[in-house]
Amino acid sequence: MSKLKGFKWKYYINYAVVFVVGLILTLMSFTVGLEQSTIYLLEKMLIAIILAVSLNLVVGFLGELSLGHAGFMCVGAYLGGKISLILADKLGTGPLSLIISLTVGGLCAAICGVIIGLPALRLKGDYLAIVTLGFGEIVKSIFQNTSKESFGGALGLDTPRYDKYTLFIFGFALVLLTLAVVQNLMRSKHGRAITSIRDNEIAARATGINVTKYKLMAFTVSAFFAGIAGVLYSFSNFKVNSYTFGYNYSIEILVMVVLGGIGSINGSIISAALITFLNTKLATILTGDKAVLQNLFYAVILIIIVIYNNSPALKGFREKYDLKKMFSRVVKHNDPSVIRDDQGKWARIPTKIPMDEILSTDVQPNQSTLKPDKSKEDK
Amino acid sequence: MSQYVLETNNLGISFGGLKAAQDVNIKIKKNQIYGLVGPNGAGKTTIFNMLTGVYQPTTGTFYLCGEELKGKSQETINHKGIARTFQNIRLFNNMSVIRNVMVGLSNLPEYKCGFFTSILRLPKHFKVEKQMRKKAKEILEIFDLLEERNNLSCNLPYGKQRKLEIARALATNPKLLLLDEPAAGMNPNETEDLMKTIRLIRDKFDMTILLIEHDMKFVSGLCDEITVLNFGTVLVQGETNKALNDPEVIRAYIGG
Repeated sequence: MSKLKGFKWKYYINYAVVFVVGLILTLMSFTVGLEQSTIYLLEKMLIAIILAVSLNLVVGFLGELSLGHAGFMCVGAYLGGKISLILADKLGTGPLSLIISLTVGGLCAAICGVIIGLPALRLKGDYLAIVTLGFGEIVKSIFQNTSKESFGGALGLDTPRYDKYTLFIFGFALVLLTLAVVQNLMRSKHGRAITSIRDNEIAARATGINVTKYKLMAFTVSAFFAGIAGVLYSFSNFKVNSYTFGYNYSIEILVMVVLGGIGSINGSIISAALITFLNTKLATILTGDKAVLQNLFYAVILIIIVIYNNSPALKGFREKYDLKKMFSRVVKHNDPSVIRDDQGKWARIPTKIPMDEILSTDVQPNQSTLKPDKSKEDK
Repeated sequence: MSQYVLETNNLGISFGGLKAAQDVNIKIKKNQIYGLVGPNGAGKTTIFNMLTGVYQPTTGTFYLCGEELKGKSQETINHKGIARTFQNIRLFNNMSVIRNVMVGLSNLPEYKCGFFTSILRLPKHFKVEKQMRKKAKEILEIFDLLEERNNLSCNLPYGKQRKLEIARALATNPKLLLLDEPAAGMNPNETEDLMKTIRLIRDKFDMTILLIEHDMKFVSGLCDEITVLNFGTVLVQGETNKALNDPEVIRAYIGG
């Protein structure tokens, strides 16, 4: 029982949800069968989740703004696609060649992350954002200007077709992998070092944290998963075309991260899935003449979500229907973070509470000292 | 092995034409509590910044236990054994108290744990985490912060934030601890408490301490030796009470 109490279910709930959803859909695909459009939507969602979670590592946990995520994705997409084309002759389009191309795509993006990171991570804030933005555009135009034989040039690269169910099953597995790596990283001493840099870089240096190393670590891991997402993207679309990886795409990933709550992994998953769903649905509903309205609706919905999340006027409403609190009312979970809620304004800054909850590796405090306060709050 | 923990040799820095510090020679023996006093703008914090690698000295050099550390990076200097606190508190505000201390511990060789060990959560990761948490609790116990260990550090009262900063610096296992105005903004009770804590640190951790302070009662009650600075140069050096009563020092502080 005591062992069960120490088990931090909140860290595993997202794995569980992704796993169960993945399992159900896999079973459905083999028994009932899924429509091609559903599969395509699922793949897009999974790609978006991988991208958002990995970007959250840099934006949320390291606290640096990176606008080049689509650039890393582009590297992964092209190189992974190319490798799979080469492998298609020898290995066919089985899971093995998929694994190899995913690995190659991810690693190439990670190498790009190191190459860009080494000089760029001396910069901070807006300057870093601009350098990463530039990187994204450079990568895009490099691939645009390749010859037809190498990477397809302006026409893009056609990638081999995989079995329609293989990709989304792989997508679920890769989302789980991303979650595992990002969460495990952030819950380790390396993760603590990364967050300490975000909180106070000067103090982190004085405490002996190798700032360059940890910034590079976060940046590289993030780039690696962006690359993997790129490879998936290239197979899901059967084609890679560099113009899709413009800065618009980077901003879209950033929107997912910001909307889900900077520094909140579960938030990133939910918002990535929702935004992708929204985008795809808008694109199917508003066709023909009304296609211009897509972006309008998208923007309006985004604005509404942001206002809803942050407006002080809606605070009462939010608190009344706060899912997390409703849940904690059902499950009597003595979470020390609950006590923090009423201690001043900072609690409203979205980074702080989810951050500490996700990352806390500490044991529960002595409950006897905290209980009086807690019981009062519950009533 | 030199007999001095810290030895500076004509240490000086100038920013353009401004000589913020020049010809500073400080020798600190093991287990000493050494004070650095002087009016505002005398260059005390500048010296701290040079000793921790934030600024690179333009002249002179300094040695920690006989090893020259001039020109090293901040991280390296910390690993070699100089830890500091800041005049304006710099904690990791969004992290809990115990995690602040654990960040300090993370560079010690005994808690070494590779990237992939952590990602894969191998048994070694758990072992290291457990050891780190135990050690962090030990340190927090000394500073009377154990009860608050799961609170966010920015929610601590001021005096405790100061203590936590010292605790975090100590977690890096330094040979020399630099405290930049540890008693600033504290009430007399808290100051008294802090003096006890600093003495405790010296005895318990076998620590050598260099501190900057304006509170003369604090300095005379705590420091074995002091250096008085004024306009970047050393005014008087020596045994605390003798140096503080020096007419030059009184003139620098009060004028006349």
